[in-house]
Amino acid sequence: MQEVELQDILTAREDGDYIINIGPQHPSTHGVLRFVVSLKGEMLEYVIPHCGYIHRGIEKMCERLTYPQIIHLTDRMDYLSAHMNNEAVSLLVEKATGVEVPERVKYIRTILSELQRIQSHQLWWAAFGMDMGGLTCFFYGLRDREKILDIFEESFGSRLLHSYICPGGLMNDIHPNFQKRTKEFIKYFRKKLPEFDELLTGNIIFEMRTKGMGVLSKEEAISYGLTGPPGRASNFACDIRKLYPYSAYDKVDFKEILYTEGDTWARYKVRMDEMWESMKIIEQLIDNIPEGDFTAKMKPVIRLPEGEYSQRVETARGELGVYVVSKGEKTPYRMHFRTPNFSNLFVMNRLAAGNKIADLIAISGSLDLVIPDIDR
Amino acid sequence: MEKEQLGQVLSELFPSLEINTSQDPVRVKADAGSIHSLAMTLRDDSRLQFDYLFNMYGIDREDRFTLVYYLESTLLRHIVAIETDLADHDNPVVESISDLWKTAEFQEREIYDLMGVSFTNHPDPRRLFLEDGWGFPLRKDYRDDINFIER
Repeated sequence: MQEVELQDILTAREDGDYIINIGPQHPSTHGVLRFVVSLKGEMLEYVIPHCGYIHRGIEKMCERLTYPQIIHLTDRMDYLSAHMNNEAVSLLVEKATGVEVPERVKYIRTILSELQRIQSHQLWWAAFGMDMGGLTCFFYGLRDREKILDIFEESFGSRLLHSYICPGGLMNDIHPNFQKRTKEFIKYFRKKLPEFDELLTGNIIFEMRTKGMGVLSKEEAISYGLTGPPGRASNFACDIRKLYPYSAYDKVDFKEILYTEGDTWARYKVRMDEMWESMKIIEQLIDNIPEGDFTAKMKPVIRLPEGEYSQRVETARGELGVYVVSKGEKTPYRMHFRTPNFSNLFVMNRLAAGNKIADLIAISGSLDLVIPDIDR
Repeated sequence: MEKEQLGQVLSELFPSLEINTSQDPVRVKADAGSIHSLAMTLRDDSRLQFDYLFNMYGIDREDRFTLVYYLESTLLRHIVAIETDLADHDNPVVESISDLWKTAEFQEREIYDLMGVSFTNHPDPRRLFLEDGWGFPLRKDYRDDINFIER
């Protein structure tokens, strides 16, 4: 690896261009990720992402843990989509053991996932605005995100790594205030989300830096396996909630946001629109949570029957797939996570090459990368 | 396309392969040597049009390696899982499909890094996460004397 890089640098110098290094502790990579960038003047020639700084070997660790224990590791992959990650493993275990969870659980899981999606997009918007030079965005975004984190904290005591959804249902029942406070939040945020637009969306500098930058066609998006908001910005209909509904998504009416432009602007707009759709989903469910148990009856030791199982869910960043090979024991023989950020990262070179160095930050910000999800 | 229909089309195209339609998704057991041509047919046949490789991973079965490719058609909305066995456990080699799907390039690099399966005709056959000379941690016989605790 080092030999190749050294050679690159030497040949690059003869041409008069040069190589610079961004990261691994650069504020705009939002995690420990390093880009090696080749420049000609200020134009990007290629971008090589180097990852692995926080590789923990989660797939290997899973081979020694029981399924309820694995839940706690999935939080730590995409920490901004903790509920969806928990849900993916829980759904897989329930599917494999043939457990039917109560309706109440399905409703609560869906509401939590959508709250989590709003929370994740708020943080992305805050950080994206800051990357582009608008520091005020960061305060506005985090101010509203705190409200959701407070709801989470009241119901299950944690703000980031919840481990709340578990095989069979939920760890415990929701707090009596949960419905009231969620409704209050939706009412509040419906007024505040237009403020986001006023602050950033119509800004002419922001528009000029995002429109037409890093364009990706639909065919390329599919070939690169780009999912989530970046995929939908290229008109690739990849929303698992629509295609293969799980939990209560078949009971709610919502739109899959699709844009055709495929540029940084479209990726920005998809997430802004998704926040409205998420609020719509929560509003449809929050008053109708059925009474009942918060968990189905599970065996004390969960063993998956021999075979291979898979489950796909839509996190805030795209498609998360969980794949398990079981030999009938209480630990999986092999567990694999297809994480959305892994596929989304490697489109960087294709998107950024040919643009200016300053646009690299805008393009990587529009992909909304969470690095522990890439490294696992 | 429905599962039975998909199974029928697949068995017409590949009469020699073992096709299991009782599982979800439909599973095809392919020979490791023909994986590239098989993938090309799956992608380009007008009845199948598998244009989206959404996952691939390897399994160490101790006597052999198994690679599983999950393909989906974004147009016709059907899924197939291709399974292939690499019999040589000491030196598993298979042809790369990164020229067909861009995402395969990085998924194959991950499999090589963590599992030690080599891919021929790969444009960038380097390790992805770990340093050179680390060993292959997802193999069942991997031992780490410092960080491993035997129970």
